[in-house]
Amino acid sequence: MADPMRIRAQAAGDKATVRVLMAHEMESGQRKDAAGKIIPAWHIQEVTATHNGKPVLSAEWGPAVSKNPFLQFVVKGAKAGDKIGVTWKDNKGETRSDEATVS
Amino acid sequence: MHLSRRQALKQTAVVAGLLASTGLFPQYAFAFNKDAFEAKSIADTLKALGASGLSASPDVMLTAPDIAENGAVVPLAVSTTLTGVKRLLVLVEKNPSALIASFNTSDSVESAFSIRAKMGQSSDVYAVAVMNDGKALFAKKEVKVTLGGCGG
Repeated sequence: MADPMRIRAQAAGDKATVRVLMAHEMESGQRKDAAGKIIPAWHIQEVTATHNGKPVLSAEWGPAVSKNPFLQFVVKGAKAGDKIGVTWKDNKGETRSDEATVS
Repeated sequence: MHLSRRQALKQTAVVAGLLASTGLFPQYAFAFNKDAFEAKSIADTLKALGASGLSASPDVMLTAPDIAENGAVVPLAVSTTLTGVKRLLVLVEKNPSALIASFNTSDSVESAFSIRAKMGQSSDVYAVAVMNDGKALFAKKEVKVTLGGCGG
């Protein structure tokens, strides 16, 4: 199981800014190891976010997203106490979901 | 050549297995658009996503550094004030595959996203808004990279 994500959601007015830090290697598939063999790509493909269980965002990522990816987005209508959930799925089929409360 | 029923069934199974391993069967049901992420150029990427008519627009915003010291971590922010946007794309022209990320917008989130990307070399970075009618509007900025992020 991958390491947990760090999610911070902060309400300002009628919206909340969500910052997510995911722990993932994000191997690009371009690098070579010491023996000159290409290290196969291993990256997050799909990211979805929910607000109180309702899906609000979905994204597709390529291998060019940085290691331990950072993502920031703004959820409309979210207020303190609401739940923001984030899920990712990588190209090996591994997934991880975490949840945070808007403050 | 006479085949017993058992042999015939076995061979059928082997052939089916071979076909499956070549990826001819659409076993991936999820929406990941492989073509778009494997496309080399921006034009090919947009074609794979069904968008056309790329034109510059002042309503699409891209925030990127002028000089990125470390190409492995280039902070990029895309946003748009337009309505009727289907997805927002981040592209780096000279990367091995241009498309970095594609965000499907909805009514519940603002069309503004920040992300960190890897860049192999100095290149133009594009923020592209694909509208519901398939039109593509972009903003671009040149980012100079002093240290590449794609190995080597």
